Amino acid sequence: MQLSREDLLLAYRRMRRIRDFEDRVHVEFATGELPGFVHLYAGEEASAVGVCMNLTDEDMIASTHRGHGHCLAKDTDATGMMLELYGRKDGICGGKGGSMHIADLSKGMMGANGIVGGGPPLICGAALTAKTLGTGNVAVAFTGDGGSNQGTTFEALNFAAVLKLPAIFVFENNGYAETTASQWSVACKDIVNRAAAFGMPGVSVDGTDFFAVWSAAREAVERARGGGGPTLMEVKVPRFYGHFEGDAETYRADGEVAALKRDHDCLKIFRGRVTEAGLLSNADLDTVDAEVAAEIEAAVALAKVSPLPGPEDLVTDVYVRY
Amino acid sequence: MPKKTFKQALNEAHFHEMRRDPRVIVMGEDISGGIGASGEMDAWGGSEGVTKGLYPEFGPSRVVDTPLSESAIIGAAVGAATTGLRPVADLMFADFLGVCFDQIFNQAAKFRYMFGGKAVTPVVIRGMIGAGFRTAAQHSQCLYPIFTHIPGLKVVIPSNPYDAKGLLIQAIRDDDPVIFLEHKLLYGVTGEVPDGAYTVPFGEAKVLREGGDVTIVALALMVQVALDAAELLSKRGIEATVIDPRTTSPLDLDTIVESVEETGHLVIVDESSPRCNIATDIAAQVADVAFHALKGPIKMVTPPHTPVPFSPSLEDLYLPSAERVAAAVEASLRTRKGAA
Ligand SMILES: Cc1ncc(C[n+]2csc(CCOP(=O)(O)OP(=O)(O)O)c2C)c(N)n1
Ligand SMILES: [Mg+2]
Repeated sequence: MQLSREDLLLAYRRMRRIRDFEDRVHVEFATGELPGFVHLYAGEEASAVGVCMNLTDEDMIASTHRGHGHCLAKDTDATGMMLELYGRKDGICGGKGGSMHIADLSKGMMGANGIVGGGPPLICGAALTAKTLGTGNVAVAFTGDGGSNQGTTFEALNFAAVLKLPAIFVFENNGYAETTASQWSVACKDIVNRAAAFGMPGVSVDGTDFFAVWSAAREAVERARGGGGPTLMEVKVPRFYGHFEGDAETYRADGEVAALKRDHDCLKIFRGRVTEAGLLSNADLDTVDAEVAAEIEAAVALAKVSPLPGPEDLVTDVYVRY
Repeated sequence: MPKKTFKQALNEAHFHEMRRDPRVIVMGEDISGGIGASGEMDAWGGSEGVTKGLYPEFGPSRVVDTPLSESAIIGAAVGAATTGLRPVADLMFADFLGVCFDQIFNQAAKFRYMFGGKAVTPVVIRGMIGAGFRTAAQHSQCLYPIFTHIPGLKVVIPSNPYDAKGLLIQAIRDDDPVIFLEHKLLYGVTGEVPDGAYTVPFGEAKVLREGGDVTIVALALMVQVALDAAELLSKRGIEATVIDPRTTSPLDLDTIVESVEETGHLVIVDESSPRCNIATDIAAQVADVAFHALKGPIKMVTPPHTPVPFSPSLEDLYLPSAERVAAAVEASLRTRKGAA
């Protein structure tokens, strides 16, 4: 299978939507209007979109605290997400979850997660459902380099391999867990080196190259759908912002981020590739840019004036039945 | 006496104890910050800066940055404690207890008893608690009832800078496993804190205000809420005693009971979820030993039985307020035994 023109436009739109969403949240957070902890995904777009372009709404993903990109790559509604970040009643989780807990089960998005390493075991469960019911669906856990060192993650990898689950473990190595460098915290250096120890195929890809991510993920998804069991993917990505908004980032070298933005921007790289190959024109991409910019602008405008949840919302949703 | 923040008080406690005793080490994720990276080392000094400055003085052998692996961090701290070190491990948010609880409640807490009194486990596990930070359900819980439930653990919950420093020094010197919980809305609170080292003993409640009409017991952030309520009540002619137990294990029940014997009314303000929490625990114990003294129902002011909501409008409603505490006091006084 090759990517059609429509696929390419969709992939670009989703990556652009993530970038604009995050850049805008960065600006709005600085005004003090956005509450809580916000972890931005800018720089890592090709990973989420490259993987999720291979998935259907029935294929489940589990995300992390840095979850906006995974949500948008699964086509979760950007406006509903923005309202959620502002804690609004009409936010995608009713204002109860916020940035770290955005979920959209109808899109196969099992939730961002405030607990690092929370996702991989859950994704074993989603894969177990798929296998038990014979749906042919797959399940994907996105985890960071930091999360790759969590005990829950190691257990999930072995569990999925032993049970031959249709699961894919995507480790987005952005170089840091908060301030801690992954080249220090991952003793075997490359996370992909762990795949063999767990008895599953492993692949390492350049996460600034949408096409590399897409084709590696495609192979893993096909293997999982065909009953071939789990795959470990390491995706190397840059982190354009701080660990969270408000992080002074003194642990990074001077000029590090500027160089990453200049030379390792997956959106610029994508544009270069598709226009040089004559697959899409600059005008095509500019149109997407303008549409996405308007969409994000409208989302923020709506979020700012939407109503907050009221006292009646505080005690609902704890149980299905009381 | 110099004024310092809660955070500075905790920071100083670390310095005193690490200088005094070479067996004291600190460990945790980003405990200095920037390890393996090309920028500044000691970049964070822990997620809230509590351990900032330790790394330049004590170096990597005593300020141990770790991978993101809580079971190993807490388990290693416990194991090191039983074998000659005195580790202070930073769990960051106490909610992360979920991924390492076994090492705390099945291991650290039980060694001494299971081994017939032969083990000593002088470990301190620090964690942040509490709502109000807009960090939603997985970063806002007040899980101290869970720790308090476990025999073998000591549980410390300071409410002000002076106590924070003295209790942390006591925790580090204590020979039992201590869970030390810091409410994140208190870090910026200032108060008088001596420059030198001192201890605040465990199991001794602090009486912050004395009044003859009602006893209000509160912990951590809720102490200030209780004091605010006492102010409101005073304007309405009701005088309250406010007691901060400071440690829930051991619990200074005597101070609470003595006060209730004078006032006849007890209101407990507890930020943890309402079922099986410290309020229910204290209420039950007081009803057990001092039923004769009670002139009205014991009232418990807590959040509702829900996870902590994200939206500020909901989180503000979730947290007990001074007005709610005052209303609970008035309700207890209104329903005096024998009154119509
Ligand atoms: C169990 C647990 N431990 C620690 C944290 C605090 N924390 C949040 S994100 C983070 C670093 C995660 O790094 P990584 O997995 O590489 O993801 P990234 O932030 O780089 O996307 C840490 C330590 C947490 N949320 N949960
Ligand atoms: Mg990372």
